[in-house]
Amino acid sequence: MSEARSRIFGRVRAALDEAAPEEREDDAQLDARIAAHERGIRPERVDLDPPALVDLFVDQATKVNATVDRLADASAIPDALARYLASENLPAAFRMAPHPDLEALPWAERPALEIKTGSSDGADVVGLSRALSAAAETGSVMLCSGPDSPVTLNFLPETHVIVLRADEVGGTYEECWDVLRAKLGVGAMPRAVTFVTGPSRTGDIEQTIYLGAHGPRRLHILLVDAA
Amino acid sequence: MDPTSHQFKENAKQALSNDNLQSALAQMKVGFVERRREAAEKIPEFDRLRDQARDLKNHTLANLDRYLERYERKAIEAGAHVHWAETAAEARKIILDICRQKQAKLVTKGKSMIAEEIALNEALEADGISRVETDLGEYIVQLRNEPPSHIIAPAVHVLREEVEEAFREEHTHLDDARRLSEPSDLLNEARAILREKYSEADVGITGANFLIAETGSSVIVTNEGNGDLTQTLAKTHIVIASIEKVVPTLEDASSILRVLARSATGQEFTAYTTFTTGPRRPEDTDGPEDYHVVILDNGRSDLLGTEFQDALRCIRCGACMNHCPVYHAVGGHSYGWVYPGPIGSVLTPTFLGVAEAGHLPNASTFCGRCEDVCPMRIPLPKMMRHYRQEEFDKGLAPPAARFGLDLWRFAATKPRLYRLGTRVASWAMRLAARGGSLRKAPLASGWTDHRDMAAPTGASFQDQWSARGGRRRPSAR
Amino acid sequence: MPPDQSTHQEPERPRVGLFVTCLVDFFRPQVGFAAVKLLEDAGCEVSAPLNQTCCGQPAYNSGDSKSAAAVAEGVVRAFAEFDYVVAPSGSCAGMIHEHYPRLFQEDPVLGPMAADLAGKTHELISFLVDILGVDRVEAAYEGVVTYHDSCSGLRELKIKAQPRQLLASVAGAHLRELPSAETCCGFGGAFCVKYPEISNKMVSDKADDITATGADTLLAGDLGCLLNMAGKLSREGSGIQVRHVAEVLAGMGDAPAIGQIDEPMRKEG
Repeated sequence: MSEARSRIFGRVRAALDEAAPEEREDDAQLDARIAAHERGIRPERVDLDPPALVDLFVDQATKVNATVDRLADASAIPDALARYLASENLPAAFRMAPHPDLEALPWAERPALEIKTGSSDGADVVGLSRALSAAAETGSVMLCSGPDSPVTLNFLPETHVIVLRADEVGGTYEECWDVLRAKLGVGAMPRAVTFVTGPSRTGDIEQTIYLGAHGPRRLHILLVDAA
Repeated sequence: MDPTSHQFKENAKQALSNDNLQSALAQMKVGFVERRREAAEKIPEFDRLRDQARDLKNHTLANLDRYLERYERKAIEAGAHVHWAETAAEARKIILDICRQKQAKLVTKGKSMIAEEIALNEALEADGISRVETDLGEYIVQLRNEPPSHIIAPAVHVLREEVEEAFREEHTHLDDARRLSEPSDLLNEARAILREKYSEADVGITGANFLIAETGSSVIVTNEGNGDLTQTLAKTHIVIASIEKVVPTLEDASSILRVLARSATGQEFTAYTTFTTGPRRPEDTDGPEDYHVVILDNGRSDLLGTEFQDALRCIRCGACMNHCPVYHAVGGHSYGWVYPGPIGSVLTPTFLGVAEAGHLPNASTFCGRCEDVCPMRIPLPKMMRHYRQEEFDKGLAPPAARFGLDLWRFAATKPRLYRLGTRVASWAMRLAARGGSLRKAPLASGWTDHRDMAAPTGASFQDQWSARGGRRRPSAR
Repeated sequence: MPPDQSTHQEPERPRVGLFVTCLVDFFRPQVGFAAVKLLEDAGCEVSAPLNQTCCGQPAYNSGDSKSAAAVAEGVVRAFAEFDYVVAPSGSCAGMIHEHYPRLFQEDPVLGPMAADLAGKTHELISFLVDILGVDRVEAAYEGVVTYHDSCSGLRELKIKAQPRQLLASVAGAHLRELPSAETCCGFGGAFCVKYPEISNKMVSDKADDITATGADTLLAGDLGCLLNMAGKLSREGSGIQVRHVAEVLAGMGDAPAIGQIDEPMRKEG
């Protein structure tokens, strides 16, 4: 194994040193380039003030078949979720990520909702998770794995509900990375970071898009305006 | 997979007479092109994003060794096992050793072209390990016992009726009378069957769209969510990637992602873009216990510093084949190996040599549409021309073609002789023509088997021009 | 106040070398004369050196760079003296403009000459519009025409709007766009005889698309593509007339179409 490694690196180095020595940078330069987290071209469409950016997020997410319910504040979530489940003819039961923001919600006001928490065992019909951030440019929601955010909740239940705050909506993916770095520190990553852009889909049968290939058939975003 | 690129012509003939394939191709050639155009038009900076992606990848390739070292260091810090494979055989051995160590009986696989390149499926089967493809298209071709025909749409050559047929043949435990006439029926059946496999699997294998030097992460993009289920639910996750997949930072990956889905399916972004870093953390409640990354060279390092280095910028979006009129005519299997279409016409001779794959770079009209849509601006026609030159220089070009070129060169470098020759040929053709055209012409059956050949309308321009004194009307000077 | 007419001087007429192209020279010389007319009408002094043959593309695309260079050298020398070199073909102009510098990049004498030639070589229609500023022609052509964008012109030389702009000024001609106008017709030089079945599939699809427009005339700017499409349409018994766009723009659209003789309106019924 290590022999293969040294031979590969040997060939790569020899070829590059010979072919384009002027494009080679030293360790310090490359480390500086990485540390700078330089951003590329920013899509024009996100040059908006915060309220318009949230509107763009809603618009983009809706275009990729997500549904978005805008709520005045977080205390409205249990009601909104119960209504959503009823409107989709889904059972009043879901599996919730053990996230403090979700656990703090006034679920007791909706005693008919049957709540389980933790990772999904595959039998759950609805999963509820908490986003870290979102990119309005494509209506993508950023989910980060951790003890309060099991990954299975994002993929196994047929219906995936995500709680996102309006002030967490950024313009671009790069803004999401900044949020993550601010939370975990530079260079640290959770095991899994997923940008979710609409529900699961496939075009593998005659290039026609069908929703719900292996992951969720429905993606519902509860977008909370006030903190 | 045994390559059949040397018999491209025969493959192509068969493909052209396969009615089902032709209906499937007729559908795909419209859809992908339209969707990519719409996606590009929706974002005014699309072409600048392509320039940026090209430059970014060029920088990375110029410093590939150092970025790979950084990736490796960060991945190991996060708990990954990083393996290096010089050849396909080494990569297979590494993966099989992990599977054996885990006493794996069932492997789930996300879509990976590297897995096809190293012929992993055959190796797993030879080792008695069951394999289930989780991407719907890959699952369909697995049931049909054939390789994928497209790098992002593996079953693009299969009609819905043929999917139904494959499902009925293989899913014998299900009720024969069940309805499978709608694509959604097929989707639901595949979903139900594959659902059980994800958590049953001992090992989940995925590819990687990117490796991130900054964080030691591997990235997959999928629409179905199958890749995420594969890498989350199996106890062991193996990523197979190749050396050129590395990019410096999360920002750089984000920049390239902006052109990937738009070029591939015409989506603005793929449904799931997942960055995975190491195995399950002690406090996590799900995720694999073990996380391995196998990084393959398989000849790529030999391209660095050559005229083919630019091919290492490829992000496997499939836009070149989606827009290729030759691919549209003959489909992916005709190319005879893992990578079809224009990028395949460059990569296949690279991996297998021009003696095996010489047809592929020749079977192009150089229409240039591939380069025109390539998000990484890879000069594909230029590379195909390089292979034609290599083939010619090695004396592998057909003798008839060489003779024709020698004759042509002899005449075309001697204008007087050339004019004499064209005079004779023109006279003969006009004599043989009926109604202005020839339906048959000696030495030109490749043309006249399928179309008429217009006869010259009279003496050549040169002869008429000289007869008029080299001027259409007198010069003012 | 009008400019002072008395000091107005006739500007020096640009000296244009016409690269006829081997296909036009052999198959359809009137395209060359149409090019001469269009260039002269636009104020050029046109010459067509007699020591020209071919641009070298057949060898270049077959991987025989030596033969390509041998033939290209003749072109480089024959056209060195002109202000501009113009070809009624995006393919041949593209070869000279894009590929000659690469072909001679190692040659200390021909290298700079090839680069100079590349810089002053243009395809006919784009030369008229982009360099000479021609925005209309005096010509008439009765009929519904459709237009195929030949690949080299479209992608190497960015020729798309120019022929449409000039066609819009042709009295009586109505342009109906071909939906697959940017898809290759399957000619590809030697490709069409090396891979005849694939080429046939491509040109058959193209012929279907052309027929579906309902146009009575197909135009394009490259004779190779035109011979291919005309040959297919003719084999299928189609009455669609196929012409080089320069013929119509030069008011020479009344000659028999490609592959036809003296029966210009060979329409059914």
